[in-house]
Parts: sequence; structure tokens; C-alpha cells
Amino acid sequence: MGVQSILSILVSRLLQGILVVFVVVSVVFLVSRLARNPVEYLTTDETTVEEKELLKEQLGLSGPIGIQYVNFLIDAVQLDLGNSFISARPALSEVSSRASKTLQLGAAALIFSLALGIPLGIIAALRRASPTDWLARLLAVLGQATPNFWLGLMLIFFFSVQLGWMPTGGSGGVKHIILPTITLGLLTSAVSMRLTRSGMIDVMNTDFIRTARAKGLRESTVIWRHALRHALLPVATILGLQVGYLIAGTIIVEQVFAWPGIGRLMLHTITVGDFPVLIAAILVISTSIVAANILVDLSYPIIDPRIRAGGR
Amino acid sequence: MATRVVAQPAAILRRGVRLGVSWQRLVLLAPALIILGAFLIVGIFANLLSAYDPEEIVLIRRLIPPAIQEGGSWAHPLGTDNLGRDILSRVMYGARVSLLVVVICIPASALIGTFIGLLAGWRLGWWDRLLMRLVDVQLALPALLFALLISVVFGRSLLNVILIIIIFSWSGYARLVRADVLSLREQEFVISAQASGASDQRILFRHILPNILNTIVIMATLDVPAVILIEAALSFLNIGVAPGTPSWGAMISEGRNFMTIAWWPIWMPGIAILLVSLTGNLMGDWLRDTLDPRLRNVR
Repeated sequence: MGVQSILSILVSRLLQGILVVFVVVSVVFLVSRLARNPVEYLTTDETTVEEKELLKEQLGLSGPIGIQYVNFLIDAVQLDLGNSFISARPALSEVSSRASKTLQLGAAALIFSLALGIPLGIIAALRRASPTDWLARLLAVLGQATPNFWLGLMLIFFFSVQLGWMPTGGSGGVKHIILPTITLGLLTSAVSMRLTRSGMIDVMNTDFIRTARAKGLRESTVIWRHALRHALLPVATILGLQVGYLIAGTIIVEQVFAWPGIGRLMLHTITVGDFPVLIAAILVISTSIVAANILVDLSYPIIDPRIRAGGR
Repeated sequence: MATRVVAQPAAILRRGVRLGVSWQRLVLLAPALIILGAFLIVGIFANLLSAYDPEEIVLIRRLIPPAIQEGGSWAHPLGTDNLGRDILSRVMYGARVSLLVVVICIPASALIGTFIGLLAGWRLGWWDRLLMRLVDVQLALPALLFALLISVVFGRSLLNVILIIIIFSWSGYARLVRADVLSLREQEFVISAQASGASDQRILFRHILPNILNTIVIMATLDVPAVILIEAALSFLNIGVAPGTPSWGAMISEGRNFMTIAWWPIWMPGIAILLVSLTGNLMGDWLRDTLDPRLRNVR
């Protein structure tokens, strides 16, 4: 598999990705406008019809929905998603300041979950049926079953309210991010632990590991250089899906910990009817999910040499 | 005969059960079955079992602690919430909400997803491309976001929650079924059925579907806790069931504001969710290990 074919795969995946994002944004645009004119969310019962018409005119909400949609698309291609109905600032810039907060939290959770899940999975696989293995599996089962919003509240209850070690919410120092990170990352760490463990158990029974041992390689080399790379393949596969989960999870976790990220922004825009900002937020989120999936696809050849050789 | 090769689900089930239950498993499975049974019974008979109307507000008896704690009474074994509603009754009716979501959403999304997966995997070509892009779209738009939008535009109700969950869980089945069809269509029994002139319907429903039934059953079982958690999360964010409806997620959301003075309003529904979702996960894992170990990495 040469550079040429990797490039053509990349181009086709990018085109597909753009199509997906286009459909997502269109669906959101149409759903948000079809039921009621967004002006209805911004005004009270006392607003006169003339005032509503004026507001519609100002916000570009008058005229048939088809025309509005075409106008929206023409602007969107130029990365202009309109202005916030509330603050009148460009919707994208409203979102970008919040997106970095969400990115911080998401990245922290991803690192936490891999740093906990992968080593635990390796140890559990190498010492099967040991107390460590049982503990790891118990953690994995609990991690998958616990609703994250409840876990977050419990952590606040113990570590913030009872013990007073951590702040109850908001963002600021390192202390602020610890509890949200654990809350968000626990499920992903459970999943990656399970996958690492089962992958490791499978691979340790294969011929090439026996060969590596027979060659007289040190056990640590066998595990770290030969087995682990193989065992991590399913972890990489699932990571693409987990990015989607982490982003959806931030909406909940941000709400629990009053973390000023994109999820909280979205909940807010929806209660006040600020649809341009909502659409901008959804554009950013769906783009990053699609991008994460493409990156995961592209990372297969790096992790698995067999795919690089074209022997799929 | 081609049909001979088709696996009999019942036979696999028998073999699986015999192989699967070790003492170790039984220790885990027995409590799981008990919890599952209790969940079903409480959900179905919530109106007969609960002593109070779950939505009845009685302000003079607000925030009574559970019976085991000082100040509590057995009139309200799990205490009352900030509006004086009996928590035990609310947890029971909450089980009914979760049960309803499970019973409607899972069969519906399994049916839709299986149909689409069969179509995509069998027809291939542009059918396949179209349907799989649809799956991608669905994956790129987290269910929560869409639910947010729906709740604003169409209001909050249990029906909307159910529709949202169906819209967002068929794709998992579609992907899995499609992948199975892709590998099965190359198998000799399918090719020979085709050669003997069997119609597409016959091949799909008589030859291919019985072979992927296990996959679907396992996926559906693992979906039980997933679906319950989605409903709870939506209701927790106040974009799920209508206000006042006793849903476990909504109870936690309401109890949250009184968390520092009363622990029980968020603990009781939280424990209920945890138990049911733990049970669902254990059952799903067990089914998967016994029926189809190669699915281990699906989730």
C-alpha cells in the first residue's frame, strides 16, 4: 500500500465526512425552524405582531424556509453562521471560546482513561484470576454500569461537600478539573481496560508470542514490543466511537460540575432560543467527531503492520 | 441440502447454556436474575405495590429521612423528597418508566436496524452506501444533542424520549447485521441457495437471518442498560420526560439541589439505576460469552 492509496483513501474519507457534517447541520437547521419561527422563543406574549415582524426582518428569519436555508448554506460555506440572537456577536466566535474548555476536559478524560485502562488491562491479563484481575474487572463492570451524572454528584458529595478537598464546580485551577475528568473518563477507562485485557489474553496464546519467547527474548520485550501492539488494535477501533461518547458525555458532566464548555453553552442556547450559536456548536462537534473517526482509520496502518502491507 | 447448514438458534442456546453456567457464573447470575425479576414485577405492578400516589405533593412531610435513619418512619421506608412525595413509590413508578422505554425502544430499533442491515449487506451498491452514510450521520450527531433540540421544539414527553432513543439505537444493529451479512453471503450454503434459484427474501429470512439471530439477541440484551441510562440522562438534564413524571433521572435532578441537606433523594434512584444497569450488563456479558464469544470486542 503506497502513499498514493493512502492519499486516495484520505480524500474519499474527507469527502464522506464533509457530506455527513452537511447532513447533520441541515437536519438541525430544518428541525429548529420547521416547528416554529425562532422569534417565538425570543419574544413574550405581549410582543406585538409588528415588533415580531421587525425582529424577524433583523434576524433574517422572514421569508420561506427554503430561501432561509439556501441563504444559510451560502453563508455557512464562507464560515459565517450568522450572529447570536442574544449577544449579536458572530456565532462561531461565541462557540470557539467555549470549545477550548470542552477540549481541555475531553482530552484530560481521554488521557486519564487510557492511562488507567491500558496498564490495568495488561496487568489483569498477565495475572489472570489474581486479586488484581478481579479488582480490575469489578471496576470495569461498575464503570460501565454507573450513570455518569450520578457518579459526578456522588464525587461532589464526598470530595467537595463532606471532605472539602475539591471545589464543587466551575473551572479554574487544576483542582477544578479532577472530579469532572474522573466522571467523564471512567466509562472509557472501563471499556479500554476490558479490551486491552481480552486482547492481551488472546495474543499471549498465539504462535508468534511463543516464537518470540523461544528466541530467548526477555519477557518484558515480548510483552511491550510484540504483544501490546497487537492487543491495542481493538482499543484503537473503539476510540473513534469513544470520542463521540466523550463529547456527548461532556454535555452531562459540564452540567453537573458547572464547567463552562460547549455542552453547557448548548443547553443554555436551547433554553433561550439562540439557534445560530446552537448550530455553530453542533457544526464544531460533528466535525470533531468525524475528524476523530478519520484519524482512527488512518492510525490502523501505524498500529497494525499487516494493514500497511495491504494484507487486509 | 442448503438449509441443513443453517444453525439452529435453539440448539446453540441449549449448548450455550450447558457450557456457560459454572459455579462462578451462578454466584453472579442468581442475584442478577433476582434483581431483573424484581425490576419487572415492580415495573408492571407499580400501581398495586406503591402505597402513595407518586406525584402527590404533601409539603408538611417534606424531606423525611429513610426509616433506618433517626427521624425516619416506616410509613416512608425510603423517605420523602423536597415536595413530600414518597420516594419508594416514585422509585417504583420510575421502574415502570424505564421498563416502558426498554420494552418499546429495543424491539423497535432492533427491527429497523436488522432490516436496514440486511438490505445494505445484501443489495450492496448504492443502497449500501446510502444506508451506511445514514449510520455515519447518526453517529456524528450525539443522541443528547438531538434530544435537546427535540425537547425544545416539540416539548418534553415520554413519547419523545422513546422516539429519540429509537432514532439513535437502530444504527448499532444495522452495522452489526450488515457485517454479518457481508461474511455470510460468501458462505457456500448461501451461494448454493442462490444457485438453486431461491428468492432474495427466502435467502435473507430463511438462511441468513437465523444465523445472525444470536448477534441480535446479545446486542439487544446489552442495549437494555444503555437505553435505561439514556432515558435517565435525558430526564436528568430536564430534556426527557414531562416535569413531575417519576423517572429515576428526573428524581436525581430534583434531589440534586438538596444534596447537602438530604442524601436520600439522589441515592435511592441512583442505586436503582445502578442495580438494573449492572444486572443488564452482567446478563449481556454472559449471553455473549456463551452464545458468541467473537462479539467480545463489539462494545
